[in-house]
Amino acid sequence: MKRSLPLLWRRINERYNLVGSICQTCNTPYFPSRKICPKCRRKGKLISQKMPNEGKIFTFTQVHAAPAGFEHETPYFMAIIQLKNDVKVLAQLVDSPVEKVKIGANAKMVFRKIYEDNHEGAIAYGYKFKIV
Amino acid sequence: MRGVSVIGTGLTKFGEHWSVGFRELITEAAVKSIEDANIEGKEIQAIFGGTMASGSFIGQEHIGALIADQLGMNPIPSIRMEAACASGSVALRSAYFAVASGMYDVVAVGGVEKMTDISTEEAATALGGAGDQEWELFLGATFPALYALLARRHMLEYGTTEEQMASVSVKNHANGVLNPYAQFQKEITIDEVMNSGYIASPLKLLDCSPITDGAASLILCASEKARKYTDLPIEIVGTGQASDTLALSNRANMTELNATKEAAKQAYSQAKVDSSKISLAEVHDCFSIAEILAIEDLGFFSKGQGGKASMDGRTALNSDISINTSGGLKACGHPVGATGIKQVCEVVWQLRNEAGKRQVEGAEYGLTHNVGGSGATAVVNILKRAD
Ligand SMILES: [Zn+2]
Repeated sequence: MKRSLPLLWRRINERYNLVGSICQTCNTPYFPSRKICPKCRRKGKLISQKMPNEGKIFTFTQVHAAPAGFEHETPYFMAIIQLKNDVKVLAQLVDSPVEKVKIGANAKMVFRKIYEDNHEGAIAYGYKFKIV
Repeated sequence: MRGVSVIGTGLTKFGEHWSVGFRELITEAAVKSIEDANIEGKEIQAIFGGTMASGSFIGQEHIGALIADQLGMNPIPSIRMEAACASGSVALRSAYFAVASGMYDVVAVGGVEKMTDISTEEAATALGGAGDQEWELFLGATFPALYALLARRHMLEYGTTEEQMASVSVKNHANGVLNPYAQFQKEITIDEVMNSGYIASPLKLLDCSPITDGAASLILCASEKARKYTDLPIEIVGTGQASDTLALSNRANMTELNATKEAAKQAYSQAKVDSSKISLAEVHDCFSIAEILAIEDLGFFSKGQGGKASMDGRTALNSDISINTSGGLKACGHPVGATGIKQVCEVVWQLRNEAGKRQVEGAEYGLTHNVGGSGATAVVNILKRAD
């Protein structure tokens, strides 16, 4: 799917720095950021909050059949990382030896290229994780 | 609210239909359902259609108008509903509300998807729209990958094995052999599934439902008037629908689909039955793990026991509970917008005793379970013989 430059630009803070939000009323952190706290609704007060950049693998898969833009990377790991504040984030795993990819393994955020759009030459960057 | 019954069913053969397009598919299914209901067509007061991604698959939107036009039914109202792979079921629920409210007596409900006019890669991208485009697909996730993440968690927490998941596909292919509408009418073995190659580990090619063309149609009628048309109306005695976060990672629990549990609770409560009364169910097995989650979340087996129950043959035809007698999404095929309506066709045929070689004996209640995306929408319907 083709993605416009404004669409990539709009999410830079979230994708580059793992910035989500936290509800000041109930102290629940969210990633990606939300405008409404599902727990507090109108009583909620959400402000920006940087997520911790470390966590543990909650679940993972190795993708062999890739979508357009990712064909050259197969097979690659995708994992849901449970961050230190318990927020879960889906991300690609990179620079991680196969034998270390396990549920419970410690992982740390790294900054990488996500994909290159051949049509417009736009390169999307963002977070990935690696096993530490 | 008044009762609503199914008085007509129509289904096309599911498969790769090179010579037939979207219009021909939905027209064939609709005409069959009108003939089955033994009506002329002029009794139909409104049309509700479900299709997921016609814009991506065939470049056509405005599907409600297209269907009414093709069926020669102008100027009656006709709309299209969308909820990813549950599009057919949400169209059915809208039709149900329209009849139950007293607004209409007779309506048509269609589900259709024409998926093979574009390449497999393009189709996979279109289907990806059922997930979260910005926080899943953008990052390289695929649809099988999302269910693989659920599978791996279920394996860890409950000891579910890849062989147990494979047994779901084996059972659904065995049922598909008995269904002339099924895309695959061929038995497969556990070994064949295990050796079919990873798509997104631990899911392999034969854990995944295929890309399919097909359409299905129903005629619904107010139960109080249904006997004017048929001696054996099948009543929709319970219906439920629920939602969850679009992205998987934002859910607390990843060994269940909470939307399924919530939708089931609504349907069981309205039907005044529990899961023990259900003789057969068409559940949403877009991937083998999805059937295991479904039979647990619907209450047929306790949490964590779905894999073992499948392996032990407890979901086979005429066993503890007959699951996916049509062959399910895996063997019957999965033209996404049509699936929810096909499930109801199958249950109606079973309850009417018209299911031929795959007939479930003595069924009084049947259930359908249709999921959109990785569980952000779920619909559960319960049907009953109205003898
Ligand atoms: Zn809050």
